[in-house]
Amino acid sequence: MFTDANKKRATEIVALYPKAHSAILPLAHLAQDQDGWLSPEAMDEIADYCDTTAADVQGVCSFYTMYKRRPCGNLVVSVCTNVTCLVVGGPEVLERLEHKYASDHDVFVEEVECLAACGNAPSMQVNYEYHEHLTPESAEQIVEDYKAGRLVARGVSGGLA
Amino acid sequence: MINVTIDGKTVEANPGDLLIKVAQENGVYIPRFCWHDRMKPVGMCRMCLVEVEGIRGLPPACTMPVAEGMVCHTETPAVKQAQDDVLEFLLVNHPLDCPVCDRGGECPLQDTTLAFGPGESRFVEEKRHFEKPIPISDVVLLDRERCIQCARCTRFADEIAGDPLISFVDRGGHTQVLNHPDHPFASYFSGNVVQICPVGALTAKPYRFRARPWDLATVETSCGQCAVQCRGALQSSSNRLVRLLGVDSDAVNHGWLCDKGRYGFEYVHSDARVREPQLDGKTVSWPQALDAAADALRSARDLHGAESIAFLGGARGTNEDAYAIARLAKGVIGTDNVDSQLGDGLPAELILGVNRAAIADLDTAAAIVLLAPDLKEALPVLHLRLRRAALECNVPIIDFSSVPHGLTREVTHALAPLPGEQGKRAEQLVGALNGNAADAIVAAAAATIAGRSGNIVVVLGRSNLAERSDATVQAAAALAGLANVKFLSALRRGNVHGALEAGLAPGILPGRVTIEHRDAVQQVWRTAPEVPGLDAEGILRGAIDGTIKTLVLVGADPIADFPDRALAIEALNAVGTIIALDGFGNASNQRAKVMLPVTMFGEKSGTTTNLEGRMQRVNQKVSPEGIAMDDWRIASEIALRLGDDFDLELVDEITAEMIKVSPALAGATPALLASSHDGVRIPVREHATEIKVRKNNAGLLDGEGAVSWEPIKADVEAVDVELATHESADESADESAGEAGAAVIDSGETPSADKATITAPTAEASATVAPTAASVLLTWNRIAPSVSLPGRDAYAVRLVSGPALYDHGNAVNASASIVGLRGPSKLLVSAADLQRLGVTNGTEVHVASAKGAFNIAVHAARGITQGVAQLAMGGERGANALIDVGSSATDVRVETIQ
Amino acid sequence: MQRAQADGAYEMWKEVLRRADVQWIHDEVKASGLRGRGGANFPTAIKWESLPDNGLPRHLVINGDEGEPSTFKDRVLLEGDPHALVEGVCIEAYRIGSHRAFIYLRGEFALGADRVQQAINEARAAGFVGTNILGSGFDLEIVVHRGAGAYICGEESALIESLEGKRGMPRIKPPLPIHVGLYSQPTVVNNVETVCTITHILKMGGAEYAKLGVNRSTGTRLAAISGHVKQPGVYELEFGMTLRDIIFGIAGGIRDDKQLKFFLPGGASFQWLINSDEHLDQVYDIDDISAKLGTTLGSGAIMVYDQDTDPLLVAWRLAKFYAHESCGKCTPCREGSGWIEKVLYRMSHGLGRPNDMDALLDISAGISPDVMKAPFTQTTICPLGPSPVSAVASLQKWFRAEVEAACGTEAQA
Ligand SMILES: Cc1cc2nc3c(=O)[nH]c(=O)nc-3n(C[C@H](O)[C@H](O)[C@H](O)COP(=O)(O)O)c2cc1C
Ligand code: SF4
Ligand code: FES
Repeated sequence: MFTDANKKRATEIVALYPKAHSAILPLAHLAQDQDGWLSPEAMDEIADYCDTTAADVQGVCSFYTMYKRRPCGNLVVSVCTNVTCLVVGGPEVLERLEHKYASDHDVFVEEVECLAACGNAPSMQVNYEYHEHLTPESAEQIVEDYKAGRLVARGVSGGLA
Repeated sequence: MINVTIDGKTVEANPGDLLIKVAQENGVYIPRFCWHDRMKPVGMCRMCLVEVEGIRGLPPACTMPVAEGMVCHTETPAVKQAQDDVLEFLLVNHPLDCPVCDRGGECPLQDTTLAFGPGESRFVEEKRHFEKPIPISDVVLLDRERCIQCARCTRFADEIAGDPLISFVDRGGHTQVLNHPDHPFASYFSGNVVQICPVGALTAKPYRFRARPWDLATVETSCGQCAVQCRGALQSSSNRLVRLLGVDSDAVNHGWLCDKGRYGFEYVHSDARVREPQLDGKTVSWPQALDAAADALRSARDLHGAESIAFLGGARGTNEDAYAIARLAKGVIGTDNVDSQLGDGLPAELILGVNRAAIADLDTAAAIVLLAPDLKEALPVLHLRLRRAALECNVPIIDFSSVPHGLTREVTHALAPLPGEQGKRAEQLVGALNGNAADAIVAAAAATIAGRSGNIVVVLGRSNLAERSDATVQAAAALAGLANVKFLSALRRGNVHGALEAGLAPGILPGRVTIEHRDAVQQVWRTAPEVPGLDAEGILRGAIDGTIKTLVLVGADPIADFPDRALAIEALNAVGTIIALDGFGNASNQRAKVMLPVTMFGEKSGTTTNLEGRMQRVNQKVSPEGIAMDDWRIASEIALRLGDDFDLELVDEITAEMIKVSPALAGATPALLASSHDGVRIPVREHATEIKVRKNNAGLLDGEGAVSWEPIKADVEAVDVELATHESADESADESAGEAGAAVIDSGETPSADKATITAPTAEASATVAPTAASVLLTWNRIAPSVSLPGRDAYAVRLVSGPALYDHGNAVNASASIVGLRGPSKLLVSAADLQRLGVTNGTEVHVASAKGAFNIAVHAARGITQGVAQLAMGGERGANALIDVGSSATDVRVETIQ
Repeated sequence: MQRAQADGAYEMWKEVLRRADVQWIHDEVKASGLRGRGGANFPTAIKWESLPDNGLPRHLVINGDEGEPSTFKDRVLLEGDPHALVEGVCIEAYRIGSHRAFIYLRGEFALGADRVQQAINEARAAGFVGTNILGSGFDLEIVVHRGAGAYICGEESALIESLEGKRGMPRIKPPLPIHVGLYSQPTVVNNVETVCTITHILKMGGAEYAKLGVNRSTGTRLAAISGHVKQPGVYELEFGMTLRDIIFGIAGGIRDDKQLKFFLPGGASFQWLINSDEHLDQVYDIDDISAKLGTTLGSGAIMVYDQDTDPLLVAWRLAKFYAHESCGKCTPCREGSGWIEKVLYRMSHGLGRPNDMDALLDISAGISPDVMKAPFTQTTICPLGPSPVSAVASLQKWFRAEVEAACGTEAQA
């Protein structure tokens, strides 16, 4: 359920569009930032705001890889392995982080497609904040910094921290 | 018309028609999976790629509108290669388990692969895997591995049904169809997705593994569950009905069925069926039962007069059944106390006597005026047609509902009268059309109507059974005064229109005439009533006051269906003798002296007439359960015992006699009815131009298992039909009357012969002057009863009630697949009223009216006006336990339970 | 905002409102020869000319989905100069008469979205956006809309679907978005860089802008250079340079002084080039490169690979990308890209079989019938389908022998 503040925000978002249905994506971001994932209940609630069915919201949101339909902790670590990162060490960063955080429920490490940060590859995002020029070690340090609160994370859907 | 060249053949087409369709209509089949004639093209399966000169690459024929001079090739090497490739791609992730798949043998993917596909797949990688079939609703299972992502099901649910409860989930190669975990695909139309799925991904629990397509025998027929009478292909295996598939009738259902129609036939084989005649509760032989029934009727007539006998029902069988019952009641016994409606309809003179619209008129209407119950519940496929008219044809809907319903979203102007005030509101609308608007809402509705050309189509039914029909009649009277208005009846019960056309209403004779015009009928009948008799309410009151002593229930259960249950119970307890013709025992006929078991859907042939007055063939598929008999035969046996020999042995002979005495049917013949593609609309002469005769239907419904994924459509050639007069119709019927069930199937071979019989009135025949239809056909006098509503009790809510699709009738109770779909009754009120009561959503409350009381859960619903409550009919906690038919509105008190 | 305005932001927007001359904007842009920078190279002014006059509201949609592998030029604009984007949006909206513009950003651009939203807020506070802008009577609302991870939403009709709150699946064309777009109303979709360039063109004058570049490739464009080069990054290039100048001049040549092996001159979706004089001397010209070498400049990404790179690995990773990003609508793309990916995975991971390369060509033909031909033909709705085929065709064209060595040949089998 949206908090009261987010309910207000949700109503404002819906008003930005000529048709409420357009607000599905932003409301899903809002819900995911709030809850850490996009739960079936959240999809149901979004359906009400957007004048559609929960099945429709589920169908729409599942198309987009950023929405997580399972709880995935407080940190979403997205490591690029696409064709530039591929040849300059992206896979190694991924492997290191996947291994390190395999059983850490607070950190969700995923392989992603090109993040548009190839100039300083290899790159990753932590809750959609960029980190570039990585080595496996520096990448791990960054995640640790977030965990320790030395770096402040955005919401898990990239909303402001 | 423009010219298009397809594979070297130049054909004519309408500009903008899709190439795939133009090709098909001209004998070129372009393979396809995602395209469906009744849905918008998506062009996603890419099976229909063709070459079009001047266009780069291979465009899909299903999204390509034809243009003048277009030259298209469907069989070039490039096209063949593309077809091979697409099939190979589809088989990449499709399991090759045809032998164990429910679709095996009637699978378009299988068939298309054989016809258009590559030899074998080179795919050696791992296939995609999903958990085996998962239920997505109580009746539909989904095997995602078999899905080929054509989006037919999801598009149907969204575009056609308006129930987007399934959708594509995930992306790319992982795309699957799914419902939301908390919301099953509980659509009244869910079975259609099973029918149109081109593979075995979607299966229906009721049919799964019940039969293999090659074991099935098929006839074409009409569904009898409601008055839309959708066309269907009825299939049996080992003398049991196993499946009903929708057949695409342009006029009626566009290939769709509702789930009640699709699965509800299970009641036919139910253990609860009455299979043998009974006398005083004991099984007897037919002669004993018929003798007893005849004796009872004879002595009642001799002792108390014909008016002491009444007939209720007759709307559940065929027209022939209804006609024979009418002849027995009115022409043999001589009583006019006959009603096929049970107080839940509208006066017969109104239904038969207004300018009638066809369903297809909805698409071209200037506006649709909705003065009807929730069509999604009452007449589901008519609901789909209205949705289509609104969404596809942009026809505005002007709504007179006082509670929300299935089409609320599609409504353009909601006039929102309070219960009982529809008449007043309609008068205001008419006033606004004449320049005196009472308020901005009617003014806007009138402006919408005025801004468009075409007819106003009023969909007319009982929007509220908790009030008398007077306000509706008043509204109809006001609207009927408009120049360009037509009425589409929204009466619900299966063949109620056929029953009314056959004369099963007080004051009415077969063929849309009143008893003043007895001439046609008296050429055949021994007698005919001279004074109008009682309607259902009058009959029940007569039973209570002792004037009605014998009641014949023809498939009728007034205790369940009459809006005022208390009155019905009192009447049935009071009446002296009950004779029942029924397939089931029920509360009303449990006291019957004689119980006569009748044949039901799929066990009999004949004709039925739908809500637009379309008369179509129904056909027998299985032999009757037990020794059940057709109603018409029972009627003629009883008549014989009462000294009147109908001399009718075959269904077609009844049809012919009915036509002979019915001015509204002038020109029809049994042969014409059997061979005309969409049946004929009544009055036949008026609509003769609509009649199209089948050219060849054999390929589709020849018993080999109909192809079920495409809309099954008869191949039709328009033949000019010159209508015969009464007499010649009769003659030709004799010639072509055959075994009824075979008529449709055989018609493939007989078009020219049919044409001859239809179009050749002999000189002598045309010389014998038949009653001219126009001179006697009923027109409604537009006299509206005055409506006086009781004053409002500030503590009460005013009740609005209509039927629910999954009601408490036999088709639901005795059909295992759907009885579980019926939800609990609930009382719906506005959020404000819920708050006033001080209870939370879903709490049980006590409701009480002058007639009854019970506890029931109350829920707030959006769109309900404060002071109004909604409760469906039927069942223990149905509105009929509260309604007082004596009052023009039903007010109920709602109290919290301490 | 102050810094941006000090740099001259919104001066042109004020000028446009002062002149109140739509035709002037149009003529300058037409004279400039500006072609869209989103990858399809369609002339911007011609797009405007196709707008129907049917009384329906018009929409402006800015495409900031930037998902093509190794394309990262728009991000630089979004994060670095959001006011330039807002100003461009204002001017273009004014040109087409749109009162509601949407900036669609890929969901991962959280920072870019914040910056652009802040720029809009500031512009609104300063009266450059909103109702009756600077007393001109012109109204404009700008909505920032974040996607959520789907490359296909860069395709304009999929983007519109996504903006309508649907699955981002491309629509059947015709009708084109310019006729029936967002909410079934006429819609102009333009790339971030394209919009930003409009302001520059008005400042410079269209004819002056057209003097830059060569032939029909006028002006400059942003190129994102990445991979094994010494100085990867985003550069403003003038059309007409040679690829050699770009790779070895601007980007500083190959890292660690290794040899160049192959490069992708126009993003991930088109055919590759190799270390040959013919290819390196090719001029950076949209039409010339396509006519001579059968590839295009696409989204402006240039990916460079050194001598040690396994082309099979790059091809596999691209195929994996396209399989992952296929929207799933068209059978050939949905099933074919996954199949190609599976085969390439084996081939690039030491599990290749002798006839794999031919199988790949066969599978590819089901998606793009003339596999080797450029520009490609397609059996799919949108060009994503045939994109992995470019990689297969490139392997066949330049690396057949190397591939066979890796997978064994027919003869050996
Ligand atoms: C698969 C695919 C992905 C695309 N991605 C983008 C993109 O990320 N950004 C973009 O501006 N255009 C992209 N395009 C091109 C757009 O469809 C469209 O041509 C462009 O936004 C028009 O803007 P322009 O005329 O300013 O170039 C893509 C096209 C395809 C087929
Ligand atoms: S080609 Fe691929 S991405 Fe493009 S519409 Fe078809 S399936 Fe979707
Ligand atoms: S039938 Fe044309 S693409 Fe599917």
